[in-house]
Amino acid sequence: MEWLNILIQGSLLGGIYALFAIGLSMSFGIMRLVNIAHGDFIVLSAYVALVVTQGTGLDPISSLVIVVPVMFVVGYAIQRGLLNHTLSGGLLPPLLVTFGISVIIQNGLLQGFGAYTQRLHEGAIETASVQIPGGISIGVYPLVVFAVAVFAIASLQLLFYRTGLGRAFRAVSDDADTAELMGIDNRKLYALALGIAMIFTAIAGVLFAIRTIFDPAAGPIRLILAFEAVIIGGLGNMWGTLIGGVVLGVAQAVGAALSPTWQILAGHIAFLVILIARPSGLFPRTKDL
Amino acid sequence: MSLLATNDLSAFYGDFQALFEINVSVAQGETVAIIGANGAGKTTFLRAVAGALPTKPDMVTFDGRPIGRLTPHEVVRLGIAMVPEGRRLFPSLSVEENLLLGGHSERKGPWNLARVYELFPRLRDLRHLPAPALSGGQQQMAAIGRALMANPRLLLCDELSLGLAPVIIRDIYQCLGAITAEGTTVVLVEQDINRALDASARFYCFQEGRLALSAPTKNFDRSAITAAYFGL
Amino acid sequence: MQERIERATKASRAFALVAAPALLALVALPWWGDAGWMRLIAEMAYYLALAQLWNLLAGYAGLVSVGQQAYVGLGGYALFYLTGAQNMNVYLALLIAGPFAGLIAIPVSFAVFRLRGAYFAVGTWVMSEVFALSASLIAVLGAGSGLSLTPAILRQISPDRGSREAILYLMSLATSVVVCAIVYLLLRSRHGLALTAIRDSEPASASLGVNTFRTKFIIYVATAACTGLIGALIFLQKLRISPEAGFSINDWTVVVIFMVVIGGIGTIEGPFIGMLVYIILRELLADYGTYYLILMGMIAIVVMLKAPSGIWGWVVQRYDLQLFPVGRRLVLGPPQTSER
Repeated sequence: MEWLNILIQGSLLGGIYALFAIGLSMSFGIMRLVNIAHGDFIVLSAYVALVVTQGTGLDPISSLVIVVPVMFVVGYAIQRGLLNHTLSGGLLPPLLVTFGISVIIQNGLLQGFGAYTQRLHEGAIETASVQIPGGISIGVYPLVVFAVAVFAIASLQLLFYRTGLGRAFRAVSDDADTAELMGIDNRKLYALALGIAMIFTAIAGVLFAIRTIFDPAAGPIRLILAFEAVIIGGLGNMWGTLIGGVVLGVAQAVGAALSPTWQILAGHIAFLVILIARPSGLFPRTKDL
Repeated sequence: MSLLATNDLSAFYGDFQALFEINVSVAQGETVAIIGANGAGKTTFLRAVAGALPTKPDMVTFDGRPIGRLTPHEVVRLGIAMVPEGRRLFPSLSVEENLLLGGHSERKGPWNLARVYELFPRLRDLRHLPAPALSGGQQQMAAIGRALMANPRLLLCDELSLGLAPVIIRDIYQCLGAITAEGTTVVLVEQDINRALDASARFYCFQEGRLALSAPTKNFDRSAITAAYFGL
Repeated sequence: MQERIERATKASRAFALVAAPALLALVALPWWGDAGWMRLIAEMAYYLALAQLWNLLAGYAGLVSVGQQAYVGLGGYALFYLTGAQNMNVYLALLIAGPFAGLIAIPVSFAVFRLRGAYFAVGTWVMSEVFALSASLIAVLGAGSGLSLTPAILRQISPDRGSREAILYLMSLATSVVVCAIVYLLLRSRHGLALTAIRDSEPASASLGVNTFRTKFIIYVATAACTGLIGALIFLQKLRISPEAGFSINDWTVVVIFMVVIGGIGTIEGPFIGMLVYIILRELLADYGTYYLILMGMIAIVVMLKAPSGIWGWVVQRYDLQLFPVGRRLVLGPPQTSER
């Protein structure tokens, strides 16, 4: 049942990719801003968790209690202080400013922590596994991550569709100009949006750093994985992003089964194929790209 | 004292001057019409009042207070609400969500969801539908309702009749009567001159960004309006 | 009354008078400077060329690519593969490297042109990663460790080291001048006018008959080819190539983008200035690790927020100066007799 195994492992891998993608998706959905530094914020969260775990002795998942609020404030401040000022200048300013932020974060981390690889350690759960019929063993940790991804997306959907704040987010995403004419403080809303996006980015950062080694330069590949999950799944659709992550994960699992060095490349190829064949993704809700 | 007054209001889109020293005043409870051809600056005027276009602080005063520098959402909080040209309902939101969105600023007043449905009963039936599913007339009612949810003291209406059939326009203007009966002050921008003049006590005629004529509507000579309208 | 279209400005004529002898001095560098200077000027030359090309792509054609390093690497790998495994003459390989990169750009454009704006940017980045990963998996390209140039290949340029360095230096200088000249002439031509129109408003220019897709496609492919040639030259001087070095976004894209942004995007003078700022900052802060990159990042952010047209853009606004005029001015009245 090799193929079933590949399918399951790949699907679970999709969980972390979907978590990577949430922040990016929110940024673009609400502010029309592609945050080039997104991957670096994921890595930054991991480093913040590193500092917290080393300083307090907490385990990484418990450290989220501190990491999440920290990253929320970082996101709020950066949007309010910096990115809000780039939104009216067209395409280049937000792209180049987030590019600049990316370079600053990467080199700042490099200067602060050195180029050594790091990992967060959660303990036994990292290697625990359950057996399912068919002789396949599933890692408990990937299962937990996938569950977190599902829970994250479900709670975001709740926020967007059942709350006044979510209603405001959707209105601003539709028509920022008119939203302001209706009494919405766009600048504050954008800051809140990035803050909330950072909550999920922080969770993604900590969860990924438990399983994978990271260093200051680990950001860009995370951005690319998040980006691929969003594009494959289709813009404007959070559940689509989950499926996009799963497709990406499965493609990578197939590649890895052929040869471990093919894993990432296989994901890129799947992305390109879908990009060429179905540019709006598998389940697009918005048309603009 | 006037509720709304503009003092030599000039407005620019980049280098292009759209309004030249406009002086308009609207007293509490009045309904004032602004008429003029396309490009005369009527919508620009409303946007300047609403804060969507930057102006010098005392070029626009509301209740005596200069509001020219305020952002649109601050202006809403003070009690000015807009029914934008072309309705501009939020397509991802249902009708009811659009209305609730209008109440985002949480201003106190006579208008709430129930009262808006009273004024526009048809909307209650359609309330869970996505906004784009409504007809033009229904969308216009929803847009008005959305603005009312902000409990404005001053309602800015931009081209209510745009793209609508005459019988629908008539219904909408009837509702407008119910709104003004509550004491809401209304500034009405309209291309349909007759509608505008029937609904208002005074009017201003804009021509290429300038004020060409202002007068009470009662018994006013229509040919003079035509002359001002076209800049003759 | 007579009308003329005038291209040059007073400042540009003055600049040409200063630039010509400066250029001659640079050409003569092998005779009065040492190897260290030649390496530095060569580096400045190819960074300038890369910056002009990126500026053409992003500042004029509106294609903000974060993946041009793909073509640097492709050009470099083409050179190494052709001279190594295929035993080709190094000059011939150099001539092929550029067009090869341009050829690869064609199918790449099919994929990335489906994306717009910032998504296009990340898409080009993904493409570069694909090439880097592929290179690391192909045995004949040296896989993860890459390839080196053999002494035999280097001797094809010149048997002795001194003249070889001089030749490589002059080739870098020449390529840079040629690339800058091509960019300048292109922007002066009616194609340049089309590009400016596209940059200012794509729908408007399309409605006037400008074939926006074809124009962008040609620019993208041509830029890729030039970038490939420069990549080949860069790695010819570095003597070895690896996936990480060849396709390094930090080396070939991050600094280039910073140069263009800080110097002034959408102007020809901008990349010059940005390149100088970068080199000066890097040399000044050489002892402080990568702090100069952090500083450049901050400067780029401040420039984007406060002076989006960069240093040169600010100069133009203040002093209405143009050293490389691309515009056309309608001059009414009888022609001035001093004009030559």
